[in-house]
Amino acid sequence: MSWIDIGHIDDIPLRGARVVKTPSGCVGLFRTDEAEVFAASNACPHKGGPLSEGIVHGQKVTCPLHNWVFDLNTGKAQGSDDGRVDTYPVRLENGRILIDGLAIGKRSAA
Amino acid sequence: MTQKLVIIGAGMASGRVIEHLLEADPDAYHITLFNAETRGNYNRIMLSPVLSGEKSYDDIVTHSDDWYAENGVTCRFGEHVVSIDRESKTVTGENGDVPYDKLIIATGSAPFVIPVPGKDLPNVISYRDLDDTNAMIDAAAQGGSAVVIGGGLLGLEAAAGLSERGMTVTVLHLMGHLMERQLDEAAGYLLRKDLEERGITIKTQASTKAILGEDRAEAVLLETGDVLPADLVVMAVGIRPETRLANDAGLDVARGIEVNAQMQSSDPDIYAVGECVEFDGHLFGLVAPLYEQAGVVARSLLGEADAFVVRELATKLKVTGCDLFSAGDFAEADGREDIVFRDPSRGIYKRLVIEQDRLVGAVMYGDTTDGNWFFGLIKDGTEIDEMRDTLIFGPAYQGGASADPLSAVAALPPEAEICGCNGVCKSSIVDAITGGATDLGAIRATTKASASCGTCTGLVEQLLEVTLGEDYAAPESQPVCGCTDLDHEDLRRLIKSQELKSQAAVWQELGWKTPNGCHVCRPAVNFYLLADWPLEYRDDPQSRFVNERKHANIQKDGTFSVVPRMWGGITTPDELRAIADAADKYDVPTVKVTGGQRIDLLGVRGENLPAIWADLNKAGLVSGHAYSKGLRTVKTCVGTDHCRFGTQDSTGLGIKLEKILWGSWTPHKVKLGVSGCPRNCAEATCKDVGIICVDSGYQVSVAGAAGMEVKETERLADAETEQEAIDLTIAFIQLYRENAKYLDRPYKWVAKVGLDWVKSRVVDDLNERQRLIDAFELSQTIYRKDPWAEHATDRETRANYAPLANLVLEAAE
Repeated sequence: MSWIDIGHIDDIPLRGARVVKTPSGCVGLFRTDEAEVFAASNACPHKGGPLSEGIVHGQKVTCPLHNWVFDLNTGKAQGSDDGRVDTYPVRLENGRILIDGLAIGKRSAA
Repeated sequence: MTQKLVIIGAGMASGRVIEHLLEADPDAYHITLFNAETRGNYNRIMLSPVLSGEKSYDDIVTHSDDWYAENGVTCRFGEHVVSIDRESKTVTGENGDVPYDKLIIATGSAPFVIPVPGKDLPNVISYRDLDDTNAMIDAAAQGGSAVVIGGGLLGLEAAAGLSERGMTVTVLHLMGHLMERQLDEAAGYLLRKDLEERGITIKTQASTKAILGEDRAEAVLLETGDVLPADLVVMAVGIRPETRLANDAGLDVARGIEVNAQMQSSDPDIYAVGECVEFDGHLFGLVAPLYEQAGVVARSLLGEADAFVVRELATKLKVTGCDLFSAGDFAEADGREDIVFRDPSRGIYKRLVIEQDRLVGAVMYGDTTDGNWFFGLIKDGTEIDEMRDTLIFGPAYQGGASADPLSAVAALPPEAEICGCNGVCKSSIVDAITGGATDLGAIRATTKASASCGTCTGLVEQLLEVTLGEDYAAPESQPVCGCTDLDHEDLRRLIKSQELKSQAAVWQELGWKTPNGCHVCRPAVNFYLLADWPLEYRDDPQSRFVNERKHANIQKDGTFSVVPRMWGGITTPDELRAIADAADKYDVPTVKVTGGQRIDLLGVRGENLPAIWADLNKAGLVSGHAYSKGLRTVKTCVGTDHCRFGTQDSTGLGIKLEKILWGSWTPHKVKLGVSGCPRNCAEATCKDVGIICVDSGYQVSVAGAAGMEVKETERLADAETEQEAIDLTIAFIQLYRENAKYLDRPYKWVAKVGLDWVKSRVVDDLNERQRLIDAFELSQTIYRKDPWAEHATDRETRANYAPLANLVLEAAE
């Protein structure tokens, strides 16, 4: 793991999301609770909808285009929809958000 | 041989170290104890009961002067330590040097003081020690108002104590809910409710700008411009480790003094213990780990092997009557699930967080009797798979009853109370069912069960199912979503009747099954709250569909469309030039004229939105709300200005209506049309509100549709004057805002309630018409403004449109 500081948790609205551009594409950072952030690929596997623009609820996000719901823990689509988004290791330290640089960078080399 | 031990700071951690040393080997060390306060160790945790008057200082003293004397501890109380000399191993106090063989730094923490003007005024105090407590007690004796800055543990205990002593107390908290580090939103809401019931005013998301006053603090000024009078200001926004001495002595200090598992600092002869230390990235503020550290320090000093480990912690608030409990971790854990239990009538909320079949966190409010049992499960990492279904009911329910809700209802005794509001027991309901009441409505009519607050509706339905078996037909009304059993009508009714004014209140009082709703219910709840409580409730962008959050329409490729408002469809060459310039500047691929007499710029990239809005704003153009469940357009024809058939100024009326109605949120989109004569060039008779001008005045009709369904409007009333036409329109839209189901267009809503019902309120009852107009105007004082201008100029909001970080560039460097 190589942790990269990408911003402060308060830069993301509670139950909101922001995007980080990475070598392996846009990654959505989802703030599900006062001190809880998940990272997942920003593109919905259905029609490429920007997940960071969706409504964040519980530990899930709903795609704004066609309401696919993804569990941010696993990246799996919920209910009858079938699909998955990549998730990335992320952690919080004193309010700073750290993302695993290897996880988001490796892919571009591969 | 007796060694010399010097301890800086006589707090609870170092007090415990001394006790351990004396108990294990009283001759191992000669102890010199420095303390900046003029007294020895007392139980700081009990300062809140001292403040509230439940205890006195004498009750909380742990080590008296006699105790120190009897145990041969040399006390240097009321004396500040100036410096530590590690070379010569001496500590310099204000009254002279003391040599040491071993040194313990136990300087504790210092209150964090927010750097605002007025922070140094004499009646602005923090809440850390007995002197602060006494200062508060003295201030409270004068009565008056107190403002407590900080809604965490300490701040709330201070607030409760001051309120108990008769002061009028306001708590200011920067975050959205109280004690956000220990509690989730639902528990924070219940805590707030309890505190408000004892007369304490709570202001969340309240940022302090300054403390006002010349020689004394007289008031607190908020960022919003509000001024709160204050005879006493208590600052309790947090603490930070007191590390100045350690820093000056050149020890390793991060946030706190860095120690190893033996509590040794970077100098092996210097130990640190308590709130001033940092171990493995953790800071410590609660007493349990401090005591553990004290044991480790004592044993290390005596040459025994021991190591400190960070354990899970539980929090309780020491405010009588507010039962809350929080333990473990409910953040930053992958693969976790929630179990939520709510009992609205008793104000109870419980949430368990489970990860890999183990309990990792628990939050409870109202009933904390099982707190320690849950805390035990967390600490021990017990597998909970077996008891998962009944886990939340606590230890009393383990190893028994089935979790099937139907069999649970069937097993209830006949005298079990089902409806708490109306005191209806199970047997009364079963009797009613066997007597022929076979649906919810009939049960409500015959027994009143579930007819008041409605939260027992699920239980009543289960009783119907159990009693009738296959004969039972489930009710037709659909719940809002999987988060609740309530339908939209009940939800709206309960928000009004129970005066629920926040989302957390709705989730808790109406027994939501999820922590914070879902994409279906959140937008609906958000609308209902802002429509019913325009002043009290603040619109939550995170509960809005992307279009309403970003004030633009998302397109299938993730770009947006931008539609500036053209009042009544009227524009100018300057506006058109500004639109053309913007289209050029931002490479807008498609420019289209809309059906609502405006111009649509399609294909704008999300991060360019604030910039294009700023450009359009400069030309006087504002948001057209082409994305909102709110007023869209007022389509007009040219009326008497140019048309040879026009009977009234239809363009002017359209512009007036649009200027009154714009910015308002409605259950679904609302479109208007005003035609200058019955030829109806503005196609007004398929709009939500359509006005046809005639010689004698204005025909106001409503509830048209031209979408998936096509429907002509129905005549609401004929108005003689333009003002009356405007009044009827506003009153109709407000009635729709107050009553319709979210996502019902007016024609659907009118079909449900009937046009006669609408007429009786909007047309016939002039008092009600005026009330509706006033209510609409009140709401518009908040919402009649241009969201583009706000988003384009506010730096923080504007930042949300850009990526949080760009790691592609960094990688290239």
